[in-house]
Amino acid sequence: MAEAAAGIRGYGLIVAMWVRTTMAYRLSFAMTALGNLLMTAADFAAIAIMFSHTDVLGGFTFAEVALLYGTTSTSLGLADLLLGNLDRIGRRIRDGTMDTLLVRPVPVFAQIAADRFALRRIGRVLQGLIVLVWSLTALDGVAWTPVAVLLVPVMVLAGAAIYGAVFTCGAAFQFWATDAAEVQNSFTYGGNTLTQYPPTIFSKELVRGVTFVVPLAFVNWLPALHVLGRDDPLGLPGWVDFASPLVAAACCALAGLAWRTGLRGYRSTGS
Amino acid sequence: MIEVEDLEKVFVVRRRAGRLRRTKHEVRAVGGISFAVPRGEVVGYIGPNGAGKSTTIKMLTGILTPSSGRLRVVGIDPARERTRLARRIGVVFGQRTTLWWDLPLLDSYRLMRRMYRIPDDRYRANLERCTEQLGLGELLEVPVRQLSLGQRMRGDIAAALLHDPEVLYLDEPTIGLDVLSKAKVREFLRELNADRGTTVLLTTHDLSDIEQLCRRVMVIDHGRLMYDGGLDGLHAVGESERMLVVDLERELPPIDVAGCRTVRVEGPRQWLAFPAGASAAPLVAEVAERWPLVDLSVREPDIEDVIARMYA
Repeated sequence: MAEAAAGIRGYGLIVAMWVRTTMAYRLSFAMTALGNLLMTAADFAAIAIMFSHTDVLGGFTFAEVALLYGTTSTSLGLADLLLGNLDRIGRRIRDGTMDTLLVRPVPVFAQIAADRFALRRIGRVLQGLIVLVWSLTALDGVAWTPVAVLLVPVMVLAGAAIYGAVFTCGAAFQFWATDAAEVQNSFTYGGNTLTQYPPTIFSKELVRGVTFVVPLAFVNWLPALHVLGRDDPLGLPGWVDFASPLVAAACCALAGLAWRTGLRGYRSTGS
Repeated sequence: MIEVEDLEKVFVVRRRAGRLRRTKHEVRAVGGISFAVPRGEVVGYIGPNGAGKSTTIKMLTGILTPSSGRLRVVGIDPARERTRLARRIGVVFGQRTTLWWDLPLLDSYRLMRRMYRIPDDRYRANLERCTEQLGLGELLEVPVRQLSLGQRMRGDIAAALLHDPEVLYLDEPTIGLDVLSKAKVREFLRELNADRGTTVLLTTHDLSDIEQLCRRVMVIDHGRLMYDGGLDGLHAVGESERMLVVDLERELPPIDVAGCRTVRVEGPRQWLAFPAGASAAPLVAEVAERWPLVDLSVREPDIEDVIARMYA
């Protein structure tokens, strides 16, 4: 517990410093954040264009797909903003600067995650939120029970935690293979692209894979299906729609274990 | 302050043997060394490349976990309580900076202050002292990446000392520095040790670092401690020689003086070797009295030579 507190405090200190530095050049920050927002907006434009030719995709309307898009993008954006720099660890191991982090009184994970904190990545979060809010206003026929209302923020946060766990596992893997960043990218950024679309357009095998192997289906598909009042293509029991926080917690525990194992390995081999 | 007993570090190296087969090799980087450094001592830790110096330092700072042996630094087991130890030691890596590359020096220091929870008055006093003695005044606002190697090294040393560490490790602190920067760094370390009683362990390839700073030298080779004692004793053990180079007025037959041997003659210049433990003064006096001397210089033996002679 004390270590977690020290980590959060250290993370905050380093992030605050980078934000201060970024804000010294306000205009430059505003431009890059806007650029970031527009770049991520481009892939939503692709979906919008698709719906100008058809009314439904895999049985989902434009507003429904927008809900999927908004939730997964916001989740990934949050994880990317907070932990996206973890993938620099491979480089730090290769050039030996990893050692300088180990002699400071702050957990290494916090130091690497906060290193070069890029506030401009808030662009993706904003873009995701804009799409999400629009989809909530555009959806019709949704029964907004208290549970459904609560499920939206819960799925965004649980989704961010799941993506964060994947980032962490990817970083931990770099202790063994220092150039493995691409594998992790295929799960995070690739997973994001996947979960923007309804599960019904993919093969059952793929949906099974992202439910049981890398649990990306819990980022938004399963809880969103409940909000939209639809059955999931795998026919899983109904409670699974609410399991995202549990799955996220399990993912984080697993990621923590992987990280610790990796760091212990590094400290016994020095490479 | 530092207690080391039978410290060992064994790395397992996998090598390719044939197409798919891999064989495991054990490499004993540090093989059972023991020593103790009392508070306030300045110790030079030397040895050829790959002798186990860095591995030892990494174990003493908690970066690496030892394979076996007992290890205590300020009463703390480094591998177990790395972050607690971090508050009480300072580390300077000559080859890589601990500063934030893109930030002005002062921003790095401010962050250090909060990271190490340094009380305001201590921080101000230490920063002022370091700034003055290391000549950092005009550099505080400069991003680290724009500093020269010597400036960066001084910046790194200051960063390692802001939190009043009891032990300071320096891994090649003068590597690649010009004469002026070297002198400044040595002077500063000497004062630090005298004023604060900071215990210093430094690795180096530069024998003059050792001569100017350390009363005690430890020599490591192939992971074993080969020598631990005073610098004079090291020269005696290694039978190393200093070289007196004299320029005479004209070409003359080899100089013949007791206590040295003439190893080379080249026109009016002659090279006289004498034991490193002996003083150069009487030799210079005698040569000056009996030969027409124009100029002279004394060359110190190279650290690598000393060590090479020790184990030849």
